[in-house]
Amino acid sequence: MDAGIHVKDLNAWFGSTQALHGINIDMPDKQSTAIIGPSGCGKSTFVRCLNRMHETLPDTRVDGKVTVGDMEIYGKGVSAVSVRRRIGMVFQKPNPFPTMSIYDNVASGLKLNGYPNRSELDGIVESSLKKAALWEEVKDDLKKKSGASLSGGQQQRLCIARALAVEPDVLLMDEPASALDPISTSKIEDLIFELKKQYTVVIVTHNMQQAARVAEFTAFFLMGNMVEFDKTEKMFTKPSDKRTEDYITGRFG
Amino acid sequence: MHTLPDPTASGDSRSDGPRSDGPGSDGLRSDGLRSDAPETVSNPAPGNAPLVAMAPGTQMGSRSRLTAKESVFADGVFRSAVTFCAIALVASVGLIVYELIIQSHLSMSKFGFGFLTKQIWDPVGEDFGALPFIFGTLVSALVALILAVPLSIGTALFLTEICPRVIRPILSMLVELLAAIPSVIYGLWGYFVLVPVLRLHVEPFLAKYMGWTGLFSGRMYGFGMLAAGTILAIMILPIIASITREVIMAVPRQQREAALALGATKWEMLRIAVLRNARPGILGAIILGMGRAFGETMAVTMLIGNRAEISKSLFAPGNTLASVIANEFTEAVGNTYLSALVEMALILFVLTLIVNGLAGLLVWSITRGTPRALA
Amino acid sequence: MTTQNIQWHRRLTNALALGVITFFALIVTVPLFLILGTVVKRGLPALNLAFLTQIPVPIGETGGGMANAIVGSLMLLAVASLIGIPLGIGSGVFLAEYGRNKYGNIVRFTADVLNGVPSIVIGMTAWALVVVTQGHFSMMAGSVALGIMMIPVIARTTEEVLLLVPQAIREAAFGLGIPKWRTTLSVVVPTAKAGIITSIMLAFARIAGETAPLMFTTLGNEFWSVNPNQPIAAMPLQIFKYATMPYDQAHAQAWTGALVLITIIMTIVIVFRLIASRGTLKGAS
Repeated sequence: MDAGIHVKDLNAWFGSTQALHGINIDMPDKQSTAIIGPSGCGKSTFVRCLNRMHETLPDTRVDGKVTVGDMEIYGKGVSAVSVRRRIGMVFQKPNPFPTMSIYDNVASGLKLNGYPNRSELDGIVESSLKKAALWEEVKDDLKKKSGASLSGGQQQRLCIARALAVEPDVLLMDEPASALDPISTSKIEDLIFELKKQYTVVIVTHNMQQAARVAEFTAFFLMGNMVEFDKTEKMFTKPSDKRTEDYITGRFG
Repeated sequence: MHTLPDPTASGDSRSDGPRSDGPGSDGLRSDGLRSDAPETVSNPAPGNAPLVAMAPGTQMGSRSRLTAKESVFADGVFRSAVTFCAIALVASVGLIVYELIIQSHLSMSKFGFGFLTKQIWDPVGEDFGALPFIFGTLVSALVALILAVPLSIGTALFLTEICPRVIRPILSMLVELLAAIPSVIYGLWGYFVLVPVLRLHVEPFLAKYMGWTGLFSGRMYGFGMLAAGTILAIMILPIIASITREVIMAVPRQQREAALALGATKWEMLRIAVLRNARPGILGAIILGMGRAFGETMAVTMLIGNRAEISKSLFAPGNTLASVIANEFTEAVGNTYLSALVEMALILFVLTLIVNGLAGLLVWSITRGTPRALA
Repeated sequence: MTTQNIQWHRRLTNALALGVITFFALIVTVPLFLILGTVVKRGLPALNLAFLTQIPVPIGETGGGMANAIVGSLMLLAVASLIGIPLGIGSGVFLAEYGRNKYGNIVRFTADVLNGVPSIVIGMTAWALVVVTQGHFSMMAGSVALGIMMIPVIARTTEEVLLLVPQAIREAAFGLGIPKWRTTLSVVVPTAKAGIITSIMLAFARIAGETAPLMFTTLGNEFWSVNPNQPIAAMPLQIFKYATMPYDQAHAQAWTGALVLITIIMTIVIVFRLIASRGTLKGAS
């Protein structure tokens, strides 16, 4: 099934401040798209609009059309909860549930949504942790250790496993490596490289090398507008917009 | 590398094969509408084929038993439940006001505003005035503040600025324990320990050296305004100290550093940077302590001497709004008598409301923006 | 020379002021030790098994205890908790999760007002609500008063500890498609559990020794009674009654009662202070 993301005339506000201005973008299925741009350009807000996380903040508003596969994210009768079960998210800072074990963290999305077959959880937890490249490191203390006892990089992979366990179509990653050391960062990048074979991945990053390493496509955002969207390779070699070129060559941002 | 994703769970198993209760908009939107969809969370959805472990990719939309629609419904139920609790909280205050007004109606219509200014307290003739009790409430609280304020501000300063790190938790726990002693035990201790000490030692001393003021004269019973004020001082110390401490901690560190950098001594720093900035908040703490003193009942009832008189001397027995209710309410006969006592409670309620509101504003003006310390 | 004088003067003022502050802080602890010391000294002699297992005897007879008052106090506390804990935690959850708006401000303000209402006024409300309606004094009436007193304490503390739970934790749950009610109950509240328990204990400590709101609701009782619909004995009431009687024997009973009551309350406070100081959010990232 196609799980490409199609965004049409997306606007978003914080109170009376408009954070996104008429974004139009089509991100293809099972590819990874990097969102780059200087801080405050709206890139985080943009991905948070894709799974309706934007509306969890007070005093926010969104309009426009977002389609993932054949689901209209802001369609009538579509609940935010059902959207988020199909569109997983990994946040900037690792945020495992502090009161839960590693196992419970991974299983939380299923358990807390009333997943009926407890007997299958073991298998799902294992496969999710394997996909997140964390299994070998934690398999011996799945239920003994708390999710918060892991290192930062491990915590972030745990959060990825947690997102994968609910089997989303799309994985949104909001600067997933920005709080991590270089070794953990490279592990996460390897992981993204594998994940995009199965999932449509959208990754926000302020690091252009990272975008070049993991993403087929790149979108450049500036002051709430999408300036350019193209193949990553083309973007970094022959950008068509002067502003993109300025950013990439380090003239601002 | 060893951490590659498990091939059996990889993309191909996702993309092939029909999905029995597929995801996508049909699955998500019709989940709640399917005729065989579970209505309650206790029934497993019949449409959910058991998953084969290690090949979970095929059952995407079905991995949760709660449908999206049920989640929205449950969210509504939860929200209503906690909103109900909040409404109950607000309603209980409404109920307090309502009951006090209803039950004091008789007294209010009979005496009007004169109730506040009359000095008479005559249960037999059914004629009542609240002035001596309002006077007693205010004066006992004032005495308490005079004694407690310097001590509590000193304690707060000591705890935040001087105290060695090791002693701090111990001292602050001791102050907290002071707040945990029940009123009736303060009363008991005051009755048997404080009152004799006042009568035999403190009052003669005060009468000898400060009797000329008129505040310390007349017969020395031990029981009286001074005893009540002293016990109240001990009781309101912890609250003033702990709020002052919060307020002082809310003063930005840069302010202190600026003062120290100018060559101020520690005391000068405290005076210029800390106390001056924290002044409204400390005032709030003091007023909050006063509100607490207004409402204290048992210890005051046991020590104040219970006489409805207005006297200049602090040695004289008095009565407060709270203590007269505690003393007379169960024995009051006659509707007017009862109603007059309820009106006293209403006056007390209004007094504490004004005082606490004022204090809240003052404390808030200092500590806003900083998280309140845990109670 | 002049500057030296000023320095000397300033240094002396500094030392004096700091000395006075330290002295004040020490003075504050004196009443605590005096009161605790007296309670132990006068309460201990009459503390025996009979005190904990027998009901009061008339003045002049030997023996007797406060068993009925101890049981009565526990019952009052239990029934008050049934009212105060759910409403308090519910209100706290409302304030933290749904109350970041003007309705929340109204509830928050009202909670602070309720927290400042003198206990005797709340007792009078319970009297009007329950005693007047039913026509007789009862344990229920006292429990209503104590329960109402618990609500604001628990609500405000619960709100505070829930707000200490990082927003990132909530976002993680929302991002998984976990609905808000589930997120709150299964993720946020467990993270703040220690703090919520502390708030309940604070509320217990506050109401366990309350006397004024019981005087014309629960009334007190010399005999065994566990009927919630009847007047019941309670420790603070019994202590008050014995303290104001003109007999040494009654006074001894009052001191022993005070010792037992204060031991219960101090244990609650100290144990849960220690739990709380271990950190509400241990391990939270």
